[in-house]
Amino acid sequence: MARIIVQEAEFDIAAEMAALTASRTDIGALASFTGICRADEGLAAMVLEHYPGMTERAMARIAAEAEGRWPLTGCTLIHRVGRLPPGAPIVLVLTASGHRGAALDACAFLMDWLKTRAPFWKREEFTAGHARWVEARAEDDAAAERW
Amino acid sequence: MQILYFAWVREKTGCGGEEITLPAEVRDVGGLMRHLAALSPGHAAAFANPAVIRAAVNQDFATSGDLVTNGDEVAFFPPVTGG
Repeated sequence: MARIIVQEAEFDIAAEMAALTASRTDIGALASFTGICRADEGLAAMVLEHYPGMTERAMARIAAEAEGRWPLTGCTLIHRVGRLPPGAPIVLVLTASGHRGAALDACAFLMDWLKTRAPFWKREEFTAGHARWVEARAEDDAAAERW
Repeated sequence: MQILYFAWVREKTGCGGEEITLPAEVRDVGGLMRHLAALSPGHAAAFANPAVIRAAVNQDFATSGDLVTNGDEVAFFPPVTGG
């Protein structure tokens, strides 16, 4: 059963990793991905909006898909919403498994599907005062399709 | 039925959502988009290019041919950009 969280607050990566391995000795690999708000030219902040209710459902479905494809002992998906400045962590994916292949592949799969199948939208606010909605990228769709 | 809008679809329609009564002749998501587009100039702008709008019926992704009924929650939004 995956741990699925949507929150405004920053997440504690070390604590989340420790929670997945606590009191277990069957885990040989713990993979992690952290998405960070990159300071693109003139970016003041990223504002993340989501569809409460559907977001959690979609994330749970994506996690269940990963658990069906790889022998995971644990999985954590945390996605932040609200206004995030450059340098702020946005998303955390953790996967634990007996071996690294499953953990690494499941982690990459979860990120690819999160980007294309969970209802989040990013709006970029610039220091000059203007703002724009981030457009979906064909490369992200292609990355999600490869699984 | 409950209609929800997100991201720039919300900005263009000018509201996060609205309660409407589904007209008898509207049967699917595509028809609902055409119906909503006629509600105001903002709605018309939001739905001007249906190809760039995504939808969900009762919190599951849906396509224009999927059926809708009066008790449904239907959301319209741009392609997702999380992660």
